[in-house]
Amino acid sequence: MPKRIQRLRKILERPVVEGFKPYGVSNTEQNEKPIILLYEEYEAIRLCDYKMYNHLQASEIMNISRPTFTRIYASARQKIAKAFAEGREIKINGGNVYYDSSWYHCNTCSCYFNNPNIDEVIIKCPLCGSQDIMSDNCSPVSQEELVDDYDDYCICPNCGYEKKHRYGEPCNQLICPQCNSFMRRKRIF
Amino acid sequence: MKIAITSTGNSLESNIDQRFGRCAYFVIYNTENKAIEFIPNPNKDKEAGAGPAALQFIASYNVDKVISGEIGAKVKSILDSLKIQMILIKESEKKLKDIIEMLNH
Repeated sequence: MPKRIQRLRKILERPVVEGFKPYGVSNTEQNEKPIILLYEEYEAIRLCDYKMYNHLQASEIMNISRPTFTRIYASARQKIAKAFAEGREIKINGGNVYYDSSWYHCNTCSCYFNNPNIDEVIIKCPLCGSQDIMSDNCSPVSQEELVDDYDDYCICPNCGYEKKHRYGEPCNQLICPQCNSFMRRKRIF
Repeated sequence: MKIAITSTGNSLESNIDQRFGRCAYFVIYNTENKAIEFIPNPNKDKEAGAGPAALQFIASYNVDKVISGEIGAKVKSILDSLKIQMILIKESEKKLKDIIEMLNH
């Protein structure tokens, strides 16, 4: 069965940093992989906990449904909590997002600007006239990379058998290998 | 072309105001005749909806670009539909005269 197509999430601007690093970690070896926080997850935290919008208002801003927003938000909080508890680095990257309009960044005067007229091609910064500008877009991250960051489990309601949820595989169609009953998603929130 | 800049004061020595709806002054800069006009923001102390009110006020001056520190979600979508270009400067210590100088590139 083909994967359901995810609706693009609208974000207002790109995050101000590319990530966060822990300090004072006892084992100096950086063997742990960084946790990848998606742009939409960053935006969910920003809208909800920083701008103090409720889930419904925030979902309207991001142009997604309220339940989808809540799921993104829950996943964002879980990732951040995981990074805190395990002392791992957070990288803000990727995700299925688009900006409210196409944004550009000028490398000379470090300003951000948008292009309101799509027919026109922007070749220089409207502020300082420098041609050293770049388009502000993000690169998508494959789902496989993300699997470890977000603990999502399928559980058998009958015997309690658990397995890690795989993306694009509906739990309610899986059969428990121990007692042959249908599994379901274990909700941790 | 007219450009609106948000300002903390009414002189060229003032810094850019990081807020859009609740900035102290709007500066309307005309690139053709280099005229600079300072207008106090009438919606500065408004409790709610300062952004859209300020936008309505500033749109009546027929500006083509808006320069500010941050622009809220409501205002961004209206500016998009009005085809007004937004330029965001994240440095709060930027002086107005420097911005106007940059615009004269």
